[in-house]
Amino acid sequence: MSAFPTAQRVPPVPVAGPPPRTAGSPAGTGRGRRIALYALLVLGLILVVAPFAWMLLGSFKPQPEFLRLPPTWLPETWTLDNYRRLFENLDFPRFFTNSLIVATAVTAGNLVFAPMLGWALAKLEFRGKRFLLLLVLATLMLPASATLIPLYVLMSALNLVNTYPGLILPFLAGPLGVFLTRQLFLGLPDELLEAARIDGAGEFGIFWRIGMPLAAPVLATLWILTFLGSWNSFIYPLGMTQEPQMYTLPVALATFATGQYQSDHGMLMAGSVVLVVPVLIVFVLMQRWITEGVATTGLKG
Amino acid sequence: MAGRDAAIGVPRTGRRAGGDPRSRVGVRAGGSTLKRDLTGWAFALPFVLIFAIFLLGPVIASMLLSLTNFGLRDLRNPLGVSFTGLSNYTALLADGRFWTSLLNTVYFVVVGVPLTLVLGLGAALALDRGIDKFRTVFRVGYYLPVVTSIVAIAVVWRFVLNPDLGLVNMTLAQAGIQGPNWLGNPSLAMPSIIAMASWRNLGFAMIVFLAGLQGIPRTLYEAASIDGASRWQSFRNVTLPLLRPTMLFIVVITTIGYLQLFEEPFVMTGGGPLDRTLSISMYMYQQGFTFFHQGYAAAIAWVLFLIVAVVAFVQFRVLRSEA
Repeated sequence: MSAFPTAQRVPPVPVAGPPPRTAGSPAGTGRGRRIALYALLVLGLILVVAPFAWMLLGSFKPQPEFLRLPPTWLPETWTLDNYRRLFENLDFPRFFTNSLIVATAVTAGNLVFAPMLGWALAKLEFRGKRFLLLLVLATLMLPASATLIPLYVLMSALNLVNTYPGLILPFLAGPLGVFLTRQLFLGLPDELLEAARIDGAGEFGIFWRIGMPLAAPVLATLWILTFLGSWNSFIYPLGMTQEPQMYTLPVALATFATGQYQSDHGMLMAGSVVLVVPVLIVFVLMQRWITEGVATTGLKG
Repeated sequence: MAGRDAAIGVPRTGRRAGGDPRSRVGVRAGGSTLKRDLTGWAFALPFVLIFAIFLLGPVIASMLLSLTNFGLRDLRNPLGVSFTGLSNYTALLADGRFWTSLLNTVYFVVVGVPLTLVLGLGAALALDRGIDKFRTVFRVGYYLPVVTSIVAIAVVWRFVLNPDLGLVNMTLAQAGIQGPNWLGNPSLAMPSIIAMASWRNLGFAMIVFLAGLQGIPRTLYEAASIDGASRWQSFRNVTLPLLRPTMLFIVVITTIGYLQLFEEPFVMTGGGPLDRTLSISMYMYQQGFTFFHQGYAAAIAWVLFLIVAVVAFVQFRVLRSEA
């Protein structure tokens, strides 16, 4: 919402870097207090990371070691057997592919459709614009579970239960991308577009060739947040897939964890690793885009 | 600080019509009014179509659905269903399991939201003002669970909380304490789920609080300390008031999220023991997909939707007006 066009691409506050600090400000803490704070933060970090470590190490343990008392952290004999059973007996490659297809399609849709509306709301004048803005806002408030049952009825009627379109279509355009891109487009100078119009460029061409490239940083944030959201989504694919070959990873894992494999520690740990580790790698590589995106959506309109 | 009023993503619509002269340029651009309208709506079309078919339509349909006795046999011929008035809602009022699920969900929200916020704010304060090294490590570390699938986390935590073989009781045993059966004990199951949810979501609260904190000018703290304010006083009188918009955002978002509690009990307890972790969403899912009472399930979904709307509205009003 800044008057300075360039300010839109810079996060409102430097989330990543430390802000300038003046010596002797009230923030300057005593040495003992600071050490205690570090100790507390490290303890917290251990508590956060421990279950992940437990999961990762457990996925390499043979089943008998899980039943040993007292339980141990490290596997005595390291094994890939859990992963082998996951991929050979349970068709996890298929679930992985399903998740990948759905998340990729949903992300692609959002990367095109959301900026289009964001552009219209920021750069075009037309009747009904305010109404559209309210509409987008309303979708933010709607709990996903409220539409699950009627969507299931709709998808049954359209014969789309247990299909990719059934899993993808409702999520092709979400409000998050509209907000993020509208925000950025508001900051672009209209003179730029005016010049393009005088050169005879069409409205869509202006959006696609001028707007979209300038939105690249925000699109990166949108890409990663949408992908993560779809990859992790559960209640909708759970309701919309009844045949195992259409399960997404979370649905498969939850089904096995609550069904016949519920005490197969090793395999469920391995399944969790397959679901979690790709995401963690992407997150650590792109953490700046994620945390800045989250902070920006939170603080800016 | 007026600009920060825009928290929770409310676009300030008045702005366009009012002060910004640059927008006028766009007005001239498209030619006739009709052409401009068509262009605008053409850009909006994909979003509007998906919204209408897969969101607005279903929301309206779920209202109608909740007034029917829709069941498994009606899936083949949805339009042949018969209306039963408000009977689903009256049945809901007399349904003991529904009330149980409502109370459980309220318990989860009332304890879980403050806990998550306090932990998140604590972490954010420590990272913002307490330390100056390794901030990125802590920031990324605490955020890890937020990007992780709740299902995977719930599966892992179920093992972590296992009474005999779990990480928690193993650690307690080393201190000579016999740990309880966390998820199997009716009065410990929900607290365990609350602990896990707070563990997972504190990173989100932290990131947003951190952004809010770093927007507070340092000079205000200096001024407060010159005036002789203690650390607590400057937190109480500088930090908290200026953090209000951030607070509003996190409280509303976290509450809306927590009201929809589903994955954790689904994976960890199946709603048990003795229905003590059965949430509204879980009960809705059971009715719709286990018992195939879609009409009844739609009524539950509507009650949940109303609760979310009312709670969000009330929080909005309270947090805005509180001085």
